Amino acid sequence: MLSIATTFGILWVLAADSFAFFRQVSPIEFFFGTRWAPNLEPRSFGVLPLVSGTLLIAGGALMVALPVSLGSALFLSEYAPPWVRNSLKPTLEILAGIPTVVYGYFALMFITPHVLRPLFPNTEVFNGASAAIVVGIMIIPTIASLCDDAFRAVPRHLREAAFALSATRFEVTTRIVFPAAVSGIVASVLLAFARAIGETMAVALAAGMTPKLTLNPLESMQTLTGYIVQISMGDTPAGSLEYLTIFACGMTLFIMTLGVNLIAQRVMARFREAYE
Amino acid sequence: MSDTPVLFEPRLKRRRRIARWSQGVFATSALIGVAFLAVLLFRVIVDGGSWVSWKFITNPPSDLDPNNCGAMSALFGTLWLIAMTAATSVPIGIAAAVYLEEYAPNNRLTRFIHVNISNLAGVPSIVYGILGLALFVRWLGFGRSVLAGALTLSLLILPVIIIASREALRAVPKSFRLAAYALGASRWQTVWAHVLPPALPGIMTGIILALSRALGEAAPLIMLGALTYVRFAPHSPMDPFTAMPVQIYNWCDRPDPEFQSLAAAGILVLLGVLLPLNALAVAVRVLHERRKAW
Repeated sequence: MLSIATTFGILWVLAADSFAFFRQVSPIEFFFGTRWAPNLEPRSFGVLPLVSGTLLIAGGALMVALPVSLGSALFLSEYAPPWVRNSLKPTLEILAGIPTVVYGYFALMFITPHVLRPLFPNTEVFNGASAAIVVGIMIIPTIASLCDDAFRAVPRHLREAAFALSATRFEVTTRIVFPAAVSGIVASVLLAFARAIGETMAVALAAGMTPKLTLNPLESMQTLTGYIVQISMGDTPAGSLEYLTIFACGMTLFIMTLGVNLIAQRVMARFREAYE
Repeated sequence: MSDTPVLFEPRLKRRRRIARWSQGVFATSALIGVAFLAVLLFRVIVDGGSWVSWKFITNPPSDLDPNNCGAMSALFGTLWLIAMTAATSVPIGIAAAVYLEEYAPNNRLTRFIHVNISNLAGVPSIVYGILGLALFVRWLGFGRSVLAGALTLSLLILPVIIIASREALRAVPKSFRLAAYALGASRWQTVWAHVLPPALPGIMTGIILALSRALGEAAPLIMLGALTYVRFAPHSPMDPFTAMPVQIYNWCDRPDPEFQSLAAAGILVLLGVLLPLNALAVAVRVLHERRKAW
């Protein structure tokens, strides 16, 4: 079937060219080196700065998205009357339908100059924080709608039992619904995290092109996806070492997202609470 | 006894106050997303509104003169891409879903395919771009053409279409199938005449959402080399091309403010197509829910 063919196609393409890459650069240097400079002499191929940039932005995005989307989901499933819910949910889903390049534009033209600069004057033009904020906004619908499903799957009689014991709505929400839905929450967060890791255009526009090992979100940084875009925009001859780095980075990216997705599926399958 | 004794937690007033506050807090967080959407649309309209004109739609892009720069080749490129992507991915996607849901035996291979498809849906789009670059552009020798771009986008949205179609098919009650079989219909007649029609709205919603995702996708196309400066609309599937999101990225990346306004104008045109599409998907779903025959 085509899906299997696609999977193996991806694996084969990535593996074949990554292998060609690792014949020229040792995997130890690639995975543990702390300097990424494929174009400058002396060349150096340590992927850690790119991985740290990726994780920093994805982690920041989660910090932005998690409270907002959990609050939204709780509101939608536990508090909102049906007419509010029916108009609010499609509106939130629009956020998921906006192309990511638009988020990149917004980060570059609005978040950095009008939100971050006034608060932190030493923010660089390209910075990780603006990328993290827009990626966070981008994954709100993912987390919110999956969590909403998880909350609504909690059977009604559990809530009513708690209400009958004179619990307030807040107590029912936080002590009954939330714990019962926790596996769904974890799974949705992991799926959103995988999406944030693989997010490309917004990050390529907003975060900048300087791979460095930093924890300061106001500095410019580069992610795996950002680097792949940068290389493929230039005219890199096929077969050169720079060309092969695309595949090595793609492989790293693929393994990271696949790992997170598989864990998410495990969590969902194993901790699903059955109420039937 | 005049007042009921409160036996368990005496701080009822405080608890009720927390409950009231929590409602406000949760409602606010739900509104943050909406507010963000409003600010984003407002900014884009302010930045790009005055740049959207007939000239913008009909002129080819220009590197030098932002005032006469347009998005003609990108618009046509996007049209070509979407038409070809839909032509390949929709039939394959529906066929795969029908096979998996109605025909496939429930064995280890089928289950493996299920897991596989949901994993494919989570693979970042740029990885599909790498696949397209190696497979279609280099190995099959399609070059940096519309065909290579459309095939890559098809692979990207196929899992989405398959998953949505399967869910729509699964929602059709078993009694429909059994009734058809009882009257002597063959398996194919049953699927074609009694299972597909009620599942169609769900499938349509999935297809619309998948195609609108393909419309906004830039990363895999950049991987294929769509960024090369293209002044003309493609005339055949083998022509080089550019697409709206790629052109927007290109304009965003330039330092001069005029080009950034052009980017905003491009975003307006793109959203002008995408938001109605999304609304259509929601409308189909809502109508379908209301009319459901079972």
